[in-house]
Amino acid sequence: MELGFWQVWEGGWISAILRGAAITIALGTASMAFGIVIGVACGLIKWARLFPLTLVVDFYTSIVRGVPELLIIYLLFFSSVEVVAQIAAAFGYEGLAGNGYAFAIAVVAIAAISGAYSTEVIRGALAAIPGGHIEAARALGIPGRRIFRRIIAPQMLRIAVPGMNNVWQTTIKDTALVSVVGLQELMRAAFVGAGSTRHPFIFYFIAAVVYLAITLVSQGGFDWIERLLRLRTRK
Amino acid sequence: MNFELVLLAVPTLAKGFWLTAVLTLISVAIGFNLGLALAVMRLSKNKAFSSFAKGYSTVFRGTPLLVQLFLFYYGLGQLSFVRDNPVLWWIVGDGVHCAVMALALNTAAYTSEILRGGLMSIPGGLVEAAQACGMSRLLCFRRITFPLAIRQALPAYGNELVLVVKGTSLASTITVLEITGHAKRLMSQTYAILEVFAIAGVLYLLINLVLITLVRLLEAHLTRYLPR
Repeated sequence: MELGFWQVWEGGWISAILRGAAITIALGTASMAFGIVIGVACGLIKWARLFPLTLVVDFYTSIVRGVPELLIIYLLFFSSVEVVAQIAAAFGYEGLAGNGYAFAIAVVAIAAISGAYSTEVIRGALAAIPGGHIEAARALGIPGRRIFRRIIAPQMLRIAVPGMNNVWQTTIKDTALVSVVGLQELMRAAFVGAGSTRHPFIFYFIAAVVYLAITLVSQGGFDWIERLLRLRTRK
Repeated sequence: MNFELVLLAVPTLAKGFWLTAVLTLISVAIGFNLGLALAVMRLSKNKAFSSFAKGYSTVFRGTPLLVQLFLFYYGLGQLSFVRDNPVLWWIVGDGVHCAVMALALNTAAYTSEILRGGLMSIPGGLVEAAQACGMSRLLCFRRITFPLAIRQALPAYGNELVLVVKGTSLASTITVLEITGHAKRLMSQTYAILEVFAIAGVLYLLINLVLITLVRLLEAHLTRYLPR
């Protein structure tokens, strides 16, 4: 059989691919979580135009959104690999290029990328909150922290959901790029399988199907959240 | 920063600069037309056309570009009927050709969504008026629908162009030596990671800046009837 369905089944590659998919989802979720933290912090800075900080945030978002993700991943991996190896050697762990380290750097890289896009989404959501709401809260003498918690944050979250859906879809697809530096996620599992069975078509096809399943399921999840939030707004 | 290294890196990365620009231009040229066709199909009343366009966009937007690239380059390259067909092999067998194909098919999916939004924003009355004037459907599309849709869609399309430029960097994974390909080589040869990254990054930002400026100029040109 030219396509090699049998080899995929026989060689136990299905479980390797599913393990890879689990790592992809874990990587995507962790990066997205850190990305949201970065996004909320930087989005608030950009929205409030806190003087010196807003320049730093502008620099960060324009670099990350203008330079290819792959280049950023290369930068972070190649520049950290030596440092980490030295630290590991100092503590007596030779050859620590294992999965734990790769995963940590991958989260840093993808979170940095995801965070830049989240920043723009959060900034946009903050800008969409009517100024009158905040003025009204101030007029009522509500302290600043509570204005954020009760007035700004709930509206920001609701408005940001569709944009965050886009960021999540991009993030999960960006995790595939980390395979080029060797983290054993879904794409890497397919790559290894394709190399050792010499049936690349079927392996990349399966990988494509799994990615599609992840994006479609999460799309459904986001649609559900959007419906949930819409129910509570009175028209 | 090491000055000698910069002198070494700049000409090398400049070589990749042209390939990146060429990859972007050709794939955008193909992808825009495909995307326009898909957007029109998506909005057609024919169920078969519209569901094909919808499925196409779901699949290409739902999977990473890297997977698509590898599926075309390594996956299709494995199949014997592709190898035996001279036309298909011309496309798939060469890294640059294959990267252009993957990028074009990928951007077509995103472009179709952007143009669909533009096409849907057109008031029905305009099309009816054009029909009442006796315009053929093609003429109406050319004179009324398309110019208005593109005006609406241009800002979003500018973002998509930047994504294509960034997408070309993935071609380096299938042996194409564009900016990122050269940059990776230089990084592993010289260990001057930050310097190489900075130069390559500046080149990418330069391309993006030029593209965004062009889109802005085109937008200003298309909306020149509006008071500023």
